[in-house]
Parts: sequence; structure tokens; C-alpha cells
Amino acid sequence: MIEICFAETRLTVARPAPEPNRVSRTVLPNPPGFTEPGRGVGLVDVFRRRYLLSLIIRKEVQVRYRGSVLGWLWSYVKPTAQFIVFFVALGLFIGLGGAVESYPIYLFSGMIVINLFNEAFGNGTKSLVDNGPLIKKIWLPREMFPVSSTIVAFVNFLPQVLITVIVAVVVGWRPSPIQVVGIFLAMAIVLVLSTGLSMFFGAVNVSFRDSQNFVELIALVATWVSPVLYPWTAVRDVAGFPDWLLQIYLLNPLTVAVELFHAGLWYPTTAQTAELPPDLYLKGLIALGISAAVLVVGQTVFRRLEGNFAQDL
Amino acid sequence: MLKTSSDDDRRVIVADVSKHFVLRHTHSLKETFISLIRRKSLASTFEALHAVDFIIREGESVALMGLNGSGKSTLLKLVSGVLRPDDGKVLTRGRVAGLIEVGAGFHPDLSGRENVYLNAAILGMTRAEVDERFDEIVAFSEIEQFIDTEVKHYSSGMFVRLAFAVAIHTRVDVLLVDEVLSVGDEPFQRKCLAKIRELQASGTTMVVVSHDLDTVSSLCERGILLQGGRVVFDGPSAEAVKMLRDAA
Repeated sequence: MIEICFAETRLTVARPAPEPNRVSRTVLPNPPGFTEPGRGVGLVDVFRRRYLLSLIIRKEVQVRYRGSVLGWLWSYVKPTAQFIVFFVALGLFIGLGGAVESYPIYLFSGMIVINLFNEAFGNGTKSLVDNGPLIKKIWLPREMFPVSSTIVAFVNFLPQVLITVIVAVVVGWRPSPIQVVGIFLAMAIVLVLSTGLSMFFGAVNVSFRDSQNFVELIALVATWVSPVLYPWTAVRDVAGFPDWLLQIYLLNPLTVAVELFHAGLWYPTTAQTAELPPDLYLKGLIALGISAAVLVVGQTVFRRLEGNFAQDL
Repeated sequence: MLKTSSDDDRRVIVADVSKHFVLRHTHSLKETFISLIRRKSLASTFEALHAVDFIIREGESVALMGLNGSGKSTLLKLVSGVLRPDDGKVLTRGRVAGLIEVGAGFHPDLSGRENVYLNAAILGMTRAEVDERFDEIVAFSEIEQFIDTEVKHYSSGMFVRLAFAVAIHTRVDVLLVDEVLSVGDEPFQRKCLAKIRELQASGTTMVVVSHDLDTVSSLCERGILLQGGRVVFDGPSAEAVKMLRDAA
């Protein structure tokens, strides 16, 4: 908080500061060994202070479900419930289960990708405000908070991948090496993208809390603008759907990540007759490039706004 | 890190630093709109520090004095890096950490032990350093038997003792102390002061902010008196205290 109590009393003896201690601007550039406090080098600092990062991640993991009986089981209960709702509504009632082979695996493998994104992005955006008391009092690389949110979301996500893999193996999963590489590429895309976006929206959120509401809106839309619940061909086959729009749809990094997961986890469990988007792996590299660009923008905006964090929180 | 020249004994350089805060008068779109129509100003600036300029040398202990709102805490936050100057430059050499609002990084749901490690890391210590000092920290706080209890069950005194113990055991070159000398009961306060004196003797540079003028002037030789964001005196702390008391 800013102290706004003006001192009314004026000192009678206004002696000037002794001259030997005056430095003025002649100190520029920095003398050797000196650093400017509060000026880090961004994301690099976070990985330089890995020990602190690991402790913050451990804290987040420990604290999240404190005081609840089910504890970390909640992070499995939620996607399971979500899966059941979607499967019953879309797979059974609407009949997508008949149209898409191994629909449960299709649905789940796409859903967990979007959930990873939404959790990392949502928590990362709020992380700076949540850690406000700390940011206001002690300086540490503030990128630490969005990054740790992403990693916590990833820790939460890995067992879900494991479950999908187990189910896939049971129904006869035989992936080719490139399909497996695609899974890791998809994870990289989502991690880089959500870190970049949460740095951007998190930094804006410090001054404008509209940001976190906007992010919730994105989360709501994300599930539907990527082929999670329906196959991508359903979009292509819409009569009169312009090709340029389809290309944009297919280059959305989230769509690419979801399709890479489909290609890696779902496709090898089917008769492999379904259509995957053309040049999927090339699109994967492009999506990773787009995500990296988002990360650079996020970091730049973050650094621009960072100077005001302590006073605006 | 560049090697420092041996004749450079400066630890903190505050060069012509100014800091102002923007006070927004509107907090929503509606308010902004109304103010625009009525042609009222949307914000005003408050100058917290103006052209502050000084050097602190190695091993020096400096008291920042002044009345409320004179800019002491803002200045300390600029040195710690929490805030950035709008004009001028702050430079520090070596590791800077603060006994500023101890316990800021404590999490109520973690045990005392976990909090010690987390906070020490926040203050810049490595794992090996914490391992090495852990017993010392706990002994200093005198809460050995509760170290594995969650911090939310601590009394406020226990909490502050542990937080202070962590902060004071951080190995630093420049220690920033803000209003924490009033921590805990009297025996503990004495212990803290003794520890601070011990650090002083070992050559740690200190910047102290406190309203307890007697303690602060006995602790520091040099005092910088701030008034309305400007340095009005920089010299022996006893004189600074006298000026401040005369003015009030």
C-alpha cells in the first residue's frame, strides 16, 4: 500500500547532504560487481534458481488439496466426471460413438490436452495475484509463479496420460516411433503456449482483473474450437466452410496438439482408416514455433509490466 | 560476475533516485466515464522520493529516519528490488536480503520445517546452506518441539520468531531491516539485537528503518533523515535523531 500521510512538520535546519557522499549520475555505466536490484533476466533466472522452483512446486502440490478427504484423487475425479458427461451426451445421445472408432479413447486423449492447457493457463494467470503478499515484500524472479503453475499442471496431467496409455495398450495400441514423438511434441506445444499466455495475461491481471475473467472465457471456448469432442473432418465437411478458415483452424496450436495426441494415442488403436489432418507433423513444428513466439511476446510484456507489480498488487 | 576492484568498498549506490506513485481516482469503467464527463482528473501522482542520492560503504550501518510517509520504506524497497526507481539508479554489490515483514513467504499449511526451507530459498539460500544452518535456525527460534507442526497452529509469537530466525541466518552482504526489532518478547528482542550486532561486527552492511529512535541510533553510527521524500540530513545518527525530535 502506498503511504499517503504527508509530514506536516517542516524541519527548521535544512542542512544539505554532505558532499563526499554525492554520486549523481556519473556512476553510469554500472561499476564492476554492481547489479541493479530487481532486474533479472527473465525466464533464465527461474531455471537458475531451480532449487527455489522445486520448493515452490512442491508447496503447490502439497497445499492444493489440503483439508480435503479425497485429496489428489480430486484431480482424477474431475476429468472422469467430465469424460462421463461428454461420453454419455455426445457419444451415446448424439451418436458420435458410432461415427468415431474407439470414441472413448478419442475423447479422453483430446480432453486431457485441453485440460492441461486450461489448468496451466488459468492458474498461471492468477498466480501473480495469488502470490501478491510475497511479490510486494521480497524480490524473486516473478516468472517463477507462472512457470511453477505450468509445471504443477503438468505433474497433474502425466498420470492421466498414463491412464490413457494403459487403456490404449489393453485395446491393442501399436504406435510407430513418429507417433510417439508426436505425443511429446504436443506436450511441448501446450507447455510453451500456456506459459507464454499466462505470463501475458498474468502480468495484465495485476492491474486489470478483467484478465482472469477473460481467461476463463478462453477456457470455455478452447474445448470447442479444437477437435476434442468431434472429428476435425466434421469442420472440413461443413458446406461452404472457407478453406482459409479451415487452415487457420488447423494451425491453432491447441488443435495441432490435440490431433498429435489423437495420432499418437487414439489412431494406433483403430483400424487406421480415419483421416488425420494433412502434414500433421509439419504443422506440429509450426505450432511449436507459434507457441515459442507467444512465449517471447509474453515474456516481453511481462518484463515491461513487472516494474509495477509491487505497487499495483 | 565481474571481479570487483579491491579499492571499491561501496555496497549500495543510490544515485539521484526519484520514485512517484500514480494514485488512480477511478476504479471502474463507470467511474472513469463519469470523471471524464465531469472533466475531473483521473489520477494524480504522489512523489514518494525525490533526487535521493547517497552511498553506503562496506560494513557501514545506516539508519533511515523520518516521519510516516517520508519515504523510508519506499527507499528500502528500492534497494531490495521490490520496487524500481522512476528516475536515477540503485546499484548494489553482493547479496542483499531483508528482514522486511518477516514471514511474507510463509505458508500456513506447511510445517515449520518446510517453511524454513521454502523461505530460506526465497531469500536466496541454496539447499546446502539451509541444511548447514537448519539446526542453528531452529535453536535460535526456540520452537524445536513444534518444528514439524503446521505453521497455522503457531501462536503469533512463535511464527514471528521462526520467520525472524530464518531471515537473520541468511548469509548476506547487505541486510535490510525494517521495523522488525519489535519482534517477540523482551528476551527474544535482546537476542535479535545481539545477533544483529554480531553480524555488524563480522562486516555485514546494514540499512535499518525503525521508529524506535534510541535503539536505531545505538545500532547505527550514520543516520539519513528523510522528509517528504528528500534527504534533509546525512550524518551522525545521534544528530539525525535530535533533528527529528526537534521537528516533531
